[in-house]
Amino acid sequence: MSSDSHVAEHGAEPAFRQHHFINAEQQFDTSKLGMWLFLATEILMFGGLFVGYGLMQSVYPEAWIAGHHHLDRIMGAINTVFLLCSSFTMVMAVHSASTNNKGKTIMNLLLTLGFAGGFLVIKYFEYAHKFHDGLLPGRFFSYHGGGPAEQAMFFGFYFCMTGLHGIHVLIGMILISWITLRTMKGEFSSAYYTPVDLVGLYWHLVDLIWIYLFPLLYLVN
Amino acid sequence: MADTLATPKAHGHVEHHDVDYLHDGSLLSWLTTVDHKKLGVMYLWSVLFMFFLGGVFALLVRLELFAPGKQFMDAETYNKVFTLHGAIMVFLFIIPSIPAALGNFVLPIMLGAKDVAFPRLNLASFWIYVVGALIAVTAMVTGGVDTGWTFYTPYSTTTDGSVALMTFAAFVLGFSSILTGVNFIATVHKLRAPGMGWFRMPLFIWGMYSTAIIQVLATPVLAITLLLLIMERTFGVGVFDPKLGGDPVLFQHFFWFYSHPAVYIMILPGMAIISEVVPTMSQKTFFGYKATAFSSVAIAIVSFVVWGHHMFTSGQSQLAGAIFSFLTFLVGIPSAIKVFNWITTMYKGSISLQAPMLYALMFLILFGIGGLTGLFLGAMSVDIHLHDTYFVVAHFHYVMMGSTAIAFLAGLHYWWPKMFGRMYNESAARVSAVLVFIGFNTTFLPQFLLGSRGMPRRYYNYLPEFQFLHQVSTVGSWILALGFVIMAGYLFASLRKKMDAPANPWHGRSLEWQIPSPPITHNFHEVPVITTEPYDYYRPFEPSVKGHH
Amino acid sequence: MSDHAHAHSSSARIYVVILAALLVLTGVTVGAAYVNFGSSSINLIIAVLIATVKATLVAMFFMHLRHDPPINAIIFVSSLIFLGLFLLFPLIDIGSRDKVVPYGLRVQAQPAAQKKAATPAAAAGGEHGAAPAAAGHAPAH
Repeated sequence: MSSDSHVAEHGAEPAFRQHHFINAEQQFDTSKLGMWLFLATEILMFGGLFVGYGLMQSVYPEAWIAGHHHLDRIMGAINTVFLLCSSFTMVMAVHSASTNNKGKTIMNLLLTLGFAGGFLVIKYFEYAHKFHDGLLPGRFFSYHGGGPAEQAMFFGFYFCMTGLHGIHVLIGMILISWITLRTMKGEFSSAYYTPVDLVGLYWHLVDLIWIYLFPLLYLVN
Repeated sequence: MADTLATPKAHGHVEHHDVDYLHDGSLLSWLTTVDHKKLGVMYLWSVLFMFFLGGVFALLVRLELFAPGKQFMDAETYNKVFTLHGAIMVFLFIIPSIPAALGNFVLPIMLGAKDVAFPRLNLASFWIYVVGALIAVTAMVTGGVDTGWTFYTPYSTTTDGSVALMTFAAFVLGFSSILTGVNFIATVHKLRAPGMGWFRMPLFIWGMYSTAIIQVLATPVLAITLLLLIMERTFGVGVFDPKLGGDPVLFQHFFWFYSHPAVYIMILPGMAIISEVVPTMSQKTFFGYKATAFSSVAIAIVSFVVWGHHMFTSGQSQLAGAIFSFLTFLVGIPSAIKVFNWITTMYKGSISLQAPMLYALMFLILFGIGGLTGLFLGAMSVDIHLHDTYFVVAHFHYVMMGSTAIAFLAGLHYWWPKMFGRMYNESAARVSAVLVFIGFNTTFLPQFLLGSRGMPRRYYNYLPEFQFLHQVSTVGSWILALGFVIMAGYLFASLRKKMDAPANPWHGRSLEWQIPSPPITHNFHEVPVITTEPYDYYRPFEPSVKGHH
Repeated sequence: MSDHAHAHSSSARIYVVILAALLVLTGVTVGAAYVNFGSSSINLIIAVLIATVKATLVAMFFMHLRHDPPINAIIFVSSLIFLGLFLLFPLIDIGSRDKVVPYGLRVQAQPAAQKKAATPAAAAGGEHGAAPAAAGHAPAH
């Protein structure tokens, strides 16, 4: 079915098909499978941090509660909204790409970039505040407001987890810029928009991780 | 991914259609090739070089242990040398050896595919491996690492040297391994030729598939473990530091969550090769195909829930220890299924004792010893006595070297004619195989005795009563080295000959034996259609590949 | 791809609904954090449950798992199962360490610090500069 529609549009051999695939649908499904496998590795990598965080929380619940009081719930909630909206615009971009709507694709990708940028700006202010108060990981922890000493470990996890997540946001922004450029050049159509779809999947995973980071870091009580 | 390798518009004959892959393109073009066969060959030379390097360090370790006290290096150098031996052999040789070198070459052909699913990722995987190896070498040259390949805290967070750089190298190498795993899973799922159902796949594919599952699911945890270790060293986060309220045992949980499954990343591909060599060289239908196929997947899954047996004496709770000890015995079931099926496959077969089969038989004996001593170590009460002794060293060398590396050699001798189009000298190969077998057992059997008498592993010095067994072991390492020198000799010599290998020297039935040796660039002229079961030696051969003669 | 396209025609509206649901759930989870349900673990469980509902929505609709070949969902779910195993065993270990301290070696801990005594860290906490590994393991042996 899908290969038939491609044949109709592009003649016998669509130019984007690689030689070792029988048809474009096989190539599309394979690319998505590969992306999901990559996402599984991402989940397990972040998962390692979640496991460490959870285990240490079970050992030092007081330190974790004291630590999370230094985090700004409002800023965290705004960032959650930003990422959810960016996920929405991303999926709309994929949708537009799959329906040959180039203008809307570009608009949605730029909106996604905007939300991602907003996320990083807020993150920057949060980090600056922590640096100012000396709420830093491990031996750099110099907060004088008291509380359990293990808060230093809490902030070790805080910076590891949000830092690694932030790097993923940054990588996502680079990828989104790249597919925006390719969309502008007109490289995608309803027959071939795999890169948009794959970057979308990646971006949703970044969102998915934040969905867990937000309650676990900001809302422990 | 889409812009490379775009097919020429017409289905016409491409000019390099009939050229074998070795002569297709300039020497320089190998560096950027996306052909799985060329990448497999490049991986092969890389891992063989690493095997040589790790082997030299092993010989140095054995030489230093020839007598108590200092022979020619001081204790600190000794620590660095055995760490180098372990880290090189594990991360740079064994883990990539079978999947990345032989698997890359054979897996797509066996499936009837023209390439792996993501050829460019495959190329990236190779270069990431090279970069990781270079970082590892840099770490060795600048300061060295004396932690052992396990990087246990708190020693690894306090010792000087290039621990951060070395762990970063392992991180990078892990990435290369993940990319291979992703590629293999996607290839097996999506690129099987028409008619190649899941239960028509050769068992080698099942082994590779199970390995890939572990690579994808376990390796990321290694990445995050090493990241936490680097954080610990730079920021003193304290997760693994008891002074700051952390838990060093937690590091071991993190480390072994990857590294125990990684042990099966090492052994499953070995078993996969034996499952190919045994039916072909016995010319007999595989006994218990499905049980063997599922046992590979079962080993992959069980491997994730047994890691705590490395930690019986580490301060882990006794309840956790008991659970892990119980689960560890489960691994014995699928492993035994495989061994019984290999033996039953050979029963009443017409066995030809050529080099690949010699290595396969060696594997059965050595894996038997390695696997069964593993049960001793998996029993918590016994392990308390044997933990961190030479018994453990002997056990894992029987599994890693005696099983995986020997299976790698079986595969190397089995597919060498296919890869390079040349036969090696069979008599020299047999002599070398016998020397390797004798040398290996002379080296490592005494270590079981040493361990059970209390000789601790990693020690630089030892009591005089251990000297005799240590000397036997060292002499064994020389016999082993002699075997490998002969092997290098006849393999290199074969490359200087003109191409003489027939398409199917062992009378195999899987697809790679139905195309010329060496294969053409795109593997097949036409997509093969599979209509027969694998290993159907009970009936006349019907090739699935058309268009080759 | 024709069936994909068909799915897409009505999907734009579904995406809006999903976004609305996600935003509402975010509000709920923030609100729930201000309510005391009696114990911190209940609050945590509620927060994680809401997060899981949100994650499921994102995976099913935004990531198209609903329409994809099932293998993609299998990969996703199995990565979570293995993550669960990774959490489970160390949790068993850390949770059961104090129950098996041999008689006579139990650390005399203050009642308030009772919980901490379960971990190897507690003993070492007081004595800075002691050999970390040895001190850390003392209560467990």
